[in-house]
Amino acid sequence: MAGQTYTVSTRTAASQIAAVVALVLLVVAIALPAFASRSLIQDMFFILTMLTLAQFWNLLAGYGGLVSVGQQAFVGFGAYMLFGGAILWGVNPVAGLLLSGVFALILAIPTAFFAFRLQGAYFAIGTWVVAEVVRLSVAQWKAVGGGTGTSLPRDARDAMWGVEWIEAAFDTRSSAARDILAYWLALALAVATIGGIYWFLRTKRGLALAALRDNVDAARSVGVDSARMKWVVFLVAAFGTGIAGGLIFLQNGRISPDSAFSVIDWTAFVIFIVVIGGIGTIEGPIIGVLVFFALQTLLADFGAWYLMVLGGLGIAVMLFAPGGLWGLVSGRTGIQLFPIRRRLERRE
Amino acid sequence: MIWVDTVLQGVLLGGLYALFALGLSLVFGIMRLVNLAHGDLIVFAAYLILLLVTLLGLGPFMAAIVALPIMFALGWALQRVVLNRVLGTDILPPLLVTFGLSVVLQNALLEGFSADSRRIPAGWLETASLPIGPISLGVMPLLTFLSAIAVTLALQWVFYRTSLGRAFRATSDDPVTASLMGVKPASVFAKATGIAMIVVTIAALYLGTRANFDPTTGPARLIYAFEAVIIGGLGSLWGTLAGGIIIGVAQTVGAQINPEWQILAGHVAFLVVLLIRPRGLFPRAFD
Repeated sequence: MAGQTYTVSTRTAASQIAAVVALVLLVVAIALPAFASRSLIQDMFFILTMLTLAQFWNLLAGYGGLVSVGQQAFVGFGAYMLFGGAILWGVNPVAGLLLSGVFALILAIPTAFFAFRLQGAYFAIGTWVVAEVVRLSVAQWKAVGGGTGTSLPRDARDAMWGVEWIEAAFDTRSSAARDILAYWLALALAVATIGGIYWFLRTKRGLALAALRDNVDAARSVGVDSARMKWVVFLVAAFGTGIAGGLIFLQNGRISPDSAFSVIDWTAFVIFIVVIGGIGTIEGPIIGVLVFFALQTLLADFGAWYLMVLGGLGIAVMLFAPGGLWGLVSGRTGIQLFPIRRRLERRE
Repeated sequence: MIWVDTVLQGVLLGGLYALFALGLSLVFGIMRLVNLAHGDLIVFAAYLILLLVTLLGLGPFMAAIVALPIMFALGWALQRVVLNRVLGTDILPPLLVTFGLSVVLQNALLEGFSADSRRIPAGWLETASLPIGPISLGVMPLLTFLSAIAVTLALQWVFYRTSLGRAFRATSDDPVTASLMGVKPASVFAKATGIAMIVVTIAALYLGTRANFDPTTGPARLIYAFEAVIIGGLGSLWGTLAGGIIIGVAQTVGAQINPEWQILAGHVAFLVVLLIRPRGLFPRAFD
């Protein structure tokens, strides 16, 4: 056995190619505002923010086993805190994104306290109830427009960090410059989310989480603290979802309780993205958001039919291909773009 | 006096919430399935009754009787064709499938009946009331409440006095052992969902005659139903009725203080119970 050593590795040929491609794509994405139209920038913003929400929901449900139907609570609360900060305390909206995340995190503590009392499937509706309570409470908050909502004040919009620089650099009007700023922030958020989740899953804690996903009893028997992992995952997801919510409404410029706490927009779509793409993988939500965007573009003129097709597709995937589209691809080819499986390799 | 009236109206409203909740409670009790489309199925049944009333010129009660077997068959088929495939130890597939169904149903109704809010016409019954002392109680709310009690009694009877109920309880306790005794879980589950859809139809009759509804009304009904089930304690039918009444009273009392607080007060009552008695007031099931 002399001269043989073993190393633990997660790297695969596909993942190395993927890393290079991702780097190239990232450079292109950063430079995109220099040559893309404003509508493309807005579409990309939508895709990136939905991808961020999907990654966090996937972390919750796909890895943590926490099927939440109440993530709109964090989207809405985060967004409202950004607006409240700007209106009441004159916080710069870009800095307000941090408020979004922190307040969503604070909201997550009582939410988890209540929702974790409900077992399994009842947890799902429990989170939905909390989201409704937050929506109804925020609708009583008169300073941010109560039930009808409000707009981001003009001076807060104009004061956003970086907008003037973008205006000068790209020679655009301030509304287009704000879109570019929002797009870059969304890009940074999505990259940080995917990178962060990927990093987390490769750590010891991530291994514990994956173990819990695969078999709760077996994981607990080797010392994984499942209750603690649930808290960690729930709080992290709330923080990220809150920032994404703040960003979505920073770009939107207008907020109302019904739009900010919409279960369809911020939870149903997100669930379908994850399920269709492939739950429990990082690749899944990426594929899912592209399919989702394509469907939305194709079926834009058909109103309610679009949601029926999306819902039907989600049901069909769950019934016949629970691994989603990415599950079909990786099941056939064995490709993993974000490998977290540790393999023992022998080196001569 | 106004508070006595408020509480009484709340109790009667609670009857409606109990009707929403009993179907959910039944299905959960037997197969541990949380049907996220439950509220939308109630709204669907309301549209079915409305359709029968307007197309065939039937009275609302007659239309509901015609709708009963249709809804039973739909529930049976839904369970047989779709839900039985996703039942198992993993809670994710049934949740996601019923959530998808909820979105599909809402949008199918939106496409078929538009977003306008509708009401099932009930003629003179809509405004009829019974004066009891200084308080007057609406006939429809009273009928709703009596129906909730009747449905609870009927389900209780089915559960504890019939062979079907024995099969329900056995499958609920241990599907594998029950199937050794000749009970087919797949078929038992299909019957249970069919019966739940009968309760849904009764709930829809009162939902549709008492208030306006539109295709997006469903999710809020699901939430009230869920709260009633949890307050009552999982697996207890009388508990579910009590849970419905608590939500109803909380809502009318909240509305009496400030009309904007009606819905919020119901949710707060639920959270308080969850805080004090996490397993509900009358828990039976252990899981």
